[in-house]
Amino acid sequence: MTIEVVLFYALAALAVFGALAMLLFVREVVASAMGLAVTMVSLAGIYLLLEAHLIAALQIIVYAGAILVLFLFVIMLFDPNNDDFDRADPPQIAIKVAGIAAALMLGVAIAGVVSAGLPDAGELPEGFGGFRDIGLQLFTAYVIPVEAAGLLLLAAMVGAVVLAKQRID
Amino acid sequence: MLPIDHVIGLSAVLFTIGTVGALTRRNLIVMLMSIELMLNAANLAFVGFNRIWAANPEGSALDGQIFVLMVVTVAAAEIAIGLGMVIALVRNRDSMNVEDHSVLKW
Repeated sequence: MTIEVVLFYALAALAVFGALAMLLFVREVVASAMGLAVTMVSLAGIYLLLEAHLIAALQIIVYAGAILVLFLFVIMLFDPNNDDFDRADPPQIAIKVAGIAAALMLGVAIAGVVSAGLPDAGELPEGFGGFRDIGLQLFTAYVIPVEAAGLLLLAAMVGAVVLAKQRID
Repeated sequence: MLPIDHVIGLSAVLFTIGTVGALTRRNLIVMLMSIELMLNAANLAFVGFNRIWAANPEGSALDGQIFVLMVVTVAAAEIAIGLGMVIALVRNRDSMNVEDHSVLKW
């Protein structure tokens, strides 16, 4: 095993650990958010190993930076210890549905991956994954999705201001 | 060279954990975090598949990574709106438990 593969398994274990921490810290919401942070940073490492450098940088900046800080901001805004979080245990039906869904999804996904027989990742062409290539693609072939994404962000911004500003009666 | 099928397997595991979180946790913020985790798992699958296509000798492709950019945009918009809704709901009912916000439940 090369160093890359060893690193990949270490990061994968860390990502699963963080996700499980997010799922299982029932009393501490901040601990859940920190588990999500661990997962996101390990995913950024895996993106680096997959030679997706721009995506790795964006993962850190947008997810581990902006989105997690937003989560923590809202958690801190409302004192989490005041309100007894998750005071009711999840209803039995939710646990059953979740268990069945999880078993089905994992089974189908793993059977699909095994039966598909994915080819190994081959050698990359010179200079792959640079910002230049992605930028060129974004502003030539994908220019309409980029504009649509901009419109979506504008709408989300306006919507968030309107929602957070007024009381719902 | 990374084993791509294991990358996709990791993506499936993370997606499953996210689904279980969204279905069983009763806290509004943790439910949103679980949905974020599911989007992250989808991104990982996109990048993993893109790594296979990137090495295609007949023309390298970047489409998977551009899809990830779009998913990140949608995730950011979703979180802005979702947390705005959480703030409005908690102000209104003073609780983050979804069971207390079930007026629209059928």
